[in-house]
Amino acid sequence: MLAVEMKHIYKSFGPVKANHDVNFDLEQGEIHALLGENGAGKTTLMRILYGLYKADMGEIFINGEKVAIHSPKEAIAAGVGMVTQHFTLVPPLTVAENVVLGYTNGVVLSQREIEKNVAAASEKFGILVNPSALVKDLSVGERQRVEILKALYRNARILIMDEPTAVLVPQEVDVLFESLLRLVKSGLSVIFISHKLIEVMAVSDRITVLRDGKVANTVKKSETNQVELAKMMVGRETFGVRLLDACETSEPIYELSGVTLDGKHGKKVLDDVSFCVSRGEILGIAGVSGNGQGELTEVITGLVTPTKGSIKIEGRDITHLAPGQLSDAGIGRTPQDRHEGTIGDLSVAENLALEHIKDYTQKGLLDRKKIRDDATTIIKEFQIKASPGDQLRKLSGGNMQKVVLARALSRKPKVLIASQPTRGLDVGATEYVRNRLLEERARGTAIVLLSEDLDEVLALSDRIAVIYEGRIMGVVPSAEATPEKIGLLMAGAVQH
Amino acid sequence: MGDFIIDIIAATLRVATPLIFATLGELFCERAGILNLGIEGTMFFGAFSGFAAASLSGSLWVGVLTALVGGMLSGWLMSLFSVRLGVNQHVSGLGITLLMTALSLFGFRVIFGESRVLPSITPFKQLSIFPNSPVLGEIFSQYALTYIAIALIPIVWWVVYRTNFGLNLRSVGDNPEATDAAGINVYNLRTIALVIGGALMGVGGAFLSVAQLGSFTFGIVAGRGWVCIALIIFANWHPIKVLWGALLFGSVQALQSRLQLTGIKLPYELFLALPYIVTIIALTLAGRNASYPAALLKPYKRE
Amino acid sequence: MWTRALIPVAAVLATFVITSIFIILAGANPFEAYYNFIIVPLSSKFSALEVLVKATPLIFTGLAVTFAFAAGYYNIGAEGQLYAGAVAAAWVGATFTNLPAIVVVPLMLVLGFAAGMLWALLPAFLKVKLKVDEVVTTLLMNSIIMYFISALLNGPWRDPETGWPKSPEFFEAARFVQLIPKSRLHLGFVIALILVVIVFIVIKRTPFGLQMRAAGASKAGALFAGINVNRTMLIAALVSGGIAGLAGVSEIAGIHYHLISELSGGYGYTGIIVATLGGLNPIGVSVAAMFIGLIDTGAQTVSRVLGVPVYLGDVVQSTLLLVTLSMLLLQNYRIKRI
Repeated sequence: MLAVEMKHIYKSFGPVKANHDVNFDLEQGEIHALLGENGAGKTTLMRILYGLYKADMGEIFINGEKVAIHSPKEAIAAGVGMVTQHFTLVPPLTVAENVVLGYTNGVVLSQREIEKNVAAASEKFGILVNPSALVKDLSVGERQRVEILKALYRNARILIMDEPTAVLVPQEVDVLFESLLRLVKSGLSVIFISHKLIEVMAVSDRITVLRDGKVANTVKKSETNQVELAKMMVGRETFGVRLLDACETSEPIYELSGVTLDGKHGKKVLDDVSFCVSRGEILGIAGVSGNGQGELTEVITGLVTPTKGSIKIEGRDITHLAPGQLSDAGIGRTPQDRHEGTIGDLSVAENLALEHIKDYTQKGLLDRKKIRDDATTIIKEFQIKASPGDQLRKLSGGNMQKVVLARALSRKPKVLIASQPTRGLDVGATEYVRNRLLEERARGTAIVLLSEDLDEVLALSDRIAVIYEGRIMGVVPSAEATPEKIGLLMAGAVQH
Repeated sequence: MGDFIIDIIAATLRVATPLIFATLGELFCERAGILNLGIEGTMFFGAFSGFAAASLSGSLWVGVLTALVGGMLSGWLMSLFSVRLGVNQHVSGLGITLLMTALSLFGFRVIFGESRVLPSITPFKQLSIFPNSPVLGEIFSQYALTYIAIALIPIVWWVVYRTNFGLNLRSVGDNPEATDAAGINVYNLRTIALVIGGALMGVGGAFLSVAQLGSFTFGIVAGRGWVCIALIIFANWHPIKVLWGALLFGSVQALQSRLQLTGIKLPYELFLALPYIVTIIALTLAGRNASYPAALLKPYKRE
Repeated sequence: MWTRALIPVAAVLATFVITSIFIILAGANPFEAYYNFIIVPLSSKFSALEVLVKATPLIFTGLAVTFAFAAGYYNIGAEGQLYAGAVAAAWVGATFTNLPAIVVVPLMLVLGFAAGMLWALLPAFLKVKLKVDEVVTTLLMNSIIMYFISALLNGPWRDPETGWPKSPEFFEAARFVQLIPKSRLHLGFVIALILVVIVFIVIKRTPFGLQMRAAGASKAGALFAGINVNRTMLIAALVSGGIAGLAGVSEIAGIHYHLISELSGGYGYTGIIVATLGGLNPIGVSVAAMFIGLIDTGAQTVSRVLGVPVYLGDVVQSTLLLVTLSMLLLQNYRIKRI
């Protein structure tokens, strides 16, 4: 009897088909990996199983019985547990308290009793935790164990692990895999969501590859290899990869060397990042979401100072400059999230002027005519559908992104930082932004393009650097770059 | 000198009583993630409604009960704005304080008119637990509400740390998302916490009118609510430490009023202001180390 | 945009409906009460001018709160800063007896502003440097200054003849001129109106104002644009304190002529209502202040004519604050859903 069977699952978000006729099954006592790129539909499928989303169509069977799951509560009752990257733990509470939260009866909470119960469960499942420890004192790996125990304590027989290794250091990954292998021996069934080939090959019995919301294939681990899986993920043949030096260009103008940023729990979120960009060149930085792109953007736009390393423009050290000074030094900065880098309550014109307010000041007052005139010019030049006085928050995503881009480009920067420039934009706006970047390149601007959209990086970049767990895995010239090569690097399959 | 010290200790307990009630009330609110700046107005309303009900019914305990219900009402109103609607907690709390203060003044005039003589009642008598001991007899000759306040400390500790409600409460103030994910209704839980908190604040206010003064004056609360807001930080949201904090503040006040009686020339206002100054210093020192409930001030919106 | 202007009107109407309950409880007819509340005060010249007298301190405190809130600093300490300004004015007004008005009045304004700033300094500094919540500290500062004033009035400034706790009487030149004979309307009202224009220009027309609004609306966005958010907030907090200080100067030099501990009827707190109603816009603040002034005056009329306690005014004002806040929030929801 199958632990889980999902038949013909359909799920759309507006025009996006997240899941399209997906069939998936999980045998009793196996680890079944769900592999795929960002947006392939892995998490959507599992959120349907866990009752967080409702499928548009399709049937779900658990232990052979047809079920209708409308909420996590019902999923838990059906024996399904889910552990995500975003832990649902309460740090000041003890491990035992976290495990029993919401799963208690009566009025009185006996610390001794819950600690005894949790210790018993810890022993039974072989998940080592200290019931009386405070969660806030635990490492990420330990917290994850608490999450797993929490699911098992609620009698989960089917455990969904969504990208469980994303937050772990290598040693913790090993411990996690040991626990999972032990648990399936005792009859637990595990669904393991990942985009990392090595891990999938290390731990799973079977692998289902999702691509663009559809099942590409389901294979036994023993009958496949990393290259074949990568091919299934991206849908084409793969080749070997020749790695370029990160600084192999003729006229570097912008240079990062050894940039390192310490995160929480001693994990380096950026680890010895070095690259350089020349005039008229686009350096694309590809990577799966959450591998350090956000932190890198914050560092190079001046919001965060790196722990180590230096950043230079034309040989001048700008590592410690404030955002405004960076702008004066010739860096055109765009934020990774247009909502966070702008002020929604202010007008379009005010947002455009904000960064260079000195230039819009006359006799101590705002030169409102100049602010409006410049805004009008920019709006026309960048084809922004808005008038200068409109509140920025009322603009569409595409127009807001144009404002962000225009603000950076209106100063004719030598270096442009473009972080996720087309995320969430429609086709027309995306096209516009990409063309605009190419125009800037032609003008001689050095561009750093951080994007999670691999097609975008491939289409625009002269060279492509791949970031994985805060490290640059390699730099590939665009002539040699194929989705497969980059995909392998992004999945951490080829070590530098 | 011995008499003087005994007298101070006894007075300290009296002064600390309303602070204990109201700070424990604030503890429930803040543990649930809501900064309730309605505390000052809720205490004022408790003082008024307790006095009015006691005066009209002739029973002091009916007064205390009314203040308790009035405080619950105030807490519920606060929950309407801060929990259900998600209005900024600072401004909605102040709004509640302004409203409850205005309603008390209005209600007082409606009930008692504008008489020149301050309406008054015979307040609670002090109960002596050790009538035969000269020292303990003096110290533990207190109002019933003071004994209740002290008894409440372990009770609140038990509720917060040893009941399932307390577990839910501690988690909702720190991580409402996780609490929701565990199948607990965040909105209801926060509302209940505010209602319990309001009840305690109301009783704290009633102590001032029904026990200590026997009348209701417009300056009766005089910023004690704000002291409680600081006390809770000082006490690190822990019931037992609330007691120590309240006693510390109470002793300063008791000392100054006794010194004033001795006729020694001292700017007694300095002593009165001292708790507030100490509070600011405590806030500053606590600033970095205080373990604020992580979700304090953040309205919860379900995705 | 028109809904934004509609909110105060809708809030006022909703408030009137809610507060009718209390009027009925007090044994009066709500329609009669609101007639006396709103219409009667405006039907005589004297009481209409009295509305402006009541509005004067509220314009100051409303502007003070607006200035801080616009920068994202929740200054709840306008009440204490008002008293700080009043203490400075009281000292000037009773000390420099041989100076002419042209010197004494500006001196009072400058020192009153400075005193307000001084009283706002500690919470602002703690907020910016140590992230100590300014709401609690500014509230505490309000309590502290009351004891300070009590110490002054019971100590060095106690009236030597009567023994009353009030500071020495202002000499003639230090008293604000009356604008209209036989009314209490004084120079402070004009200063308040000038300040409305100045604050409007600063917030809406200067680079600093733009930076301030940016920091208040989105800290992340302001940081990205390279604005020094902490410095901006500190300055806004201090200026806010200064403006509140001017409210104290105006009340003492325009009405009372000596310092008393009942100088302010909670004007600092009412300033929060005024600023919220006025939509954090100086022009809106002046209108809202006059409306609240009308409610204050009207409450006295209602009390006199119908015997409804004068505190009905406070009930109406606080209800209005809560109703307005709720409506602003519901309107934001609607925008986001579209």
